[in-house]
Amino acid sequence: MATRPERSTAEITGPGPRSPSQMTDDRSDVILDVRNLVKHFEIGGGFLGRAPVLVKAVDGVSFTIRRGETLGLVGESGCGKTTTGRCVLQLERPTSGQVIFEGRDLTTLSESELRRARRRIQVIFQDPYSSLNPRMTVGQILAEPLAVHRIVPDRSARAARVQELLRQAGLLAAMADRYPHELSGGQRQRVGIARALAMEPGLIICDEPVSALDVSIQAQIINLLEELQAELGLTYLFVAHDLSVVRHISDRVAVMYLGKIVELTDRRSLYEDPRHPYTKALLSAVPIPDPEIEARREHIVLGGEVPSPLNPPSGCAFHPRCPIAIDRCRGEVPELREVKPGHRAACILA
Amino acid sequence: MTVLLDVEDLQTHFMTSGAVVRAVDGVSWDVRPGETVALVGESGCGKSVSALSVMRLVAAPAGRIVGGRIVFKGRDLLALSEEEMRRIRGKDIGMIFQEPMTSLNPVLTVGRQLTETVEIHLGMTSAQSRARAVELLSLVGVSDPERRLSQYPHQFSGGMRQRMMIAMALSCNPALVLADEPTTALDVTIQAQILELMRDLSRRLGAAMLIITHNLGVVARYADRVNVMYAGRIVERGTAREIYADPRHPYTRGLLRSVPRLDEPRRAKLQPILGQPPDLSRLPVGCSFAPRCAYAVERCRAEAPRLQSVKAEHLASCWLASELHPTSEPVASAPR
Repeated sequence: MATRPERSTAEITGPGPRSPSQMTDDRSDVILDVRNLVKHFEIGGGFLGRAPVLVKAVDGVSFTIRRGETLGLVGESGCGKTTTGRCVLQLERPTSGQVIFEGRDLTTLSESELRRARRRIQVIFQDPYSSLNPRMTVGQILAEPLAVHRIVPDRSARAARVQELLRQAGLLAAMADRYPHELSGGQRQRVGIARALAMEPGLIICDEPVSALDVSIQAQIINLLEELQAELGLTYLFVAHDLSVVRHISDRVAVMYLGKIVELTDRRSLYEDPRHPYTKALLSAVPIPDPEIEARREHIVLGGEVPSPLNPPSGCAFHPRCPIAIDRCRGEVPELREVKPGHRAACILA
Repeated sequence: MTVLLDVEDLQTHFMTSGAVVRAVDGVSWDVRPGETVALVGESGCGKSVSALSVMRLVAAPAGRIVGGRIVFKGRDLLALSEEEMRRIRGKDIGMIFQEPMTSLNPVLTVGRQLTETVEIHLGMTSAQSRARAVELLSLVGVSDPERRLSQYPHQFSGGMRQRMMIAMALSCNPALVLADEPTTALDVTIQAQILELMRDLSRRLGAAMLIITHNLGVVARYADRVNVMYAGRIVERGTAREIYADPRHPYTRGLLRSVPRLDEPRRAKLQPILGQPPDLSRLPVGCSFAPRCAYAVERCRAEAPRLQSVKAEHLASCWLASELHPTSEPVASAPR
């Protein structure tokens, strides 16, 4: 299959669900409200009475997402962005904090209540291959949740719904009879997206959805996610490490470092006026595909590595690598405070 | 000597059940002393196999170099015996791989892996090689090298392991280092550290570098000259500045346009390359990119273009290369 017809972007019209006026903090429109989320893991311990070591994977994270918006969650490996996503889904039960989704605190629900609530939150994973059952055809993969959750109990209506999902994900109807190994990476990710759509979710957590894909295919998937958002009014929590992709797709962005949000604001403000030195270094580290600009550009290269969350530094966790750290940073944990309207940063110098 | 490594019409094929996969299908490129050359392309385009072919490390029996010449410092590497080749690998040509953990030996200490190379290639005594290992580790910015030598790779972080790989690659002062996606597995801030280190060291030690990557930003920041590969062939070659300012192959243009850029105003829509790369065992008759190309004309589907000069030091294999300008838009209707 060298030429798989793509869906024309012109087929999808209709106004996007977001507008600048919605960027204000309208509480009624909040679909997800994460408050002071903490997830600690215990490592080792128990043996010969040794005390377990505590890993503070997520250490007091708060954010909201409004209906129809995309919140980007960026950071490097081990910063807690994936764990945050898993806590929202309640795949990890948080140590403390609240995850209020569509008005209900998911952390207080029983397993059976949770199973029902979880239908409304779906995930798109980084590696679609390992998240698709290799023994099922694409059609079966898409039909299964429709049957199990009795979303479409009627068999023939289900087949029609599967066809519609394939179309929405930009796949040909004939793909229903294929197995995952017969598909390319981009097609598999489209199946992953179609499966998420099957549940008619209120929120989709996209966990590095394009980082395993080739450059030319990444743009196809990003465009698809945006088209679906406009068409179906979807809300995304977009977890990724690629700052250029996050800038493209997000309305607001949260930057995480060592279990905490260090900066949180709307896209424009973050990229045009970053306040936290970590955000600045991250942006500077992204090479721009233009040698002339690269030659002129100033590069902030951070020293050292992300410290182990087993033994985080005192004060501001970023201070050992921070180019502007002062004495106070070693002793004082900076609060995520408003540095200008709608722009919060956790740095005493921001 | 103006050319250090000269690859001419290299063909590396893989025999699978009933099909021949032409991973590298008649590719020519060169590296001059001290410069950094990039091979850019997406997975399956043949960039890694090209580098493995230079090292003669293509996995036999499935993979075979079936044609071409690889001339390094005037000697055709393909004509050497296995023993002669072994003396070049790791000594005159170093290699850095993408995933340091799978390329390092987990049961040998870091020190042993560093000393082995210099003992074998440079005939150092164990005292000399140990001193060299300490020197190398501090060269690549590993602190406390004495203590680190007795550790194992799993005790190193990802960034530290890649530093160790660089130390190993540079241990015998090679004239050329092949770096296959050296930072792809690393975090952004660590990627910046490693790339700066590689650039700094290759300049200081005068080693030429071949960087294999899919990341156009990395190429823009570090490469002097660029070869863009697609489906086993080079589709465009030029200085980095030329390739980025005036790309002449629709694939290169497509790649550059499909990535969001931090320095530009956010675009409402990305412009992806439609479709997907071809099956290398069933390449189309004409240009391999024609089925995805927005500019393709009749001739493209019938006849494969050759790599031809557009300007001095700028080549493209496209029938329309001389007509494509930075602002030109597709003439034919794009495949949907």
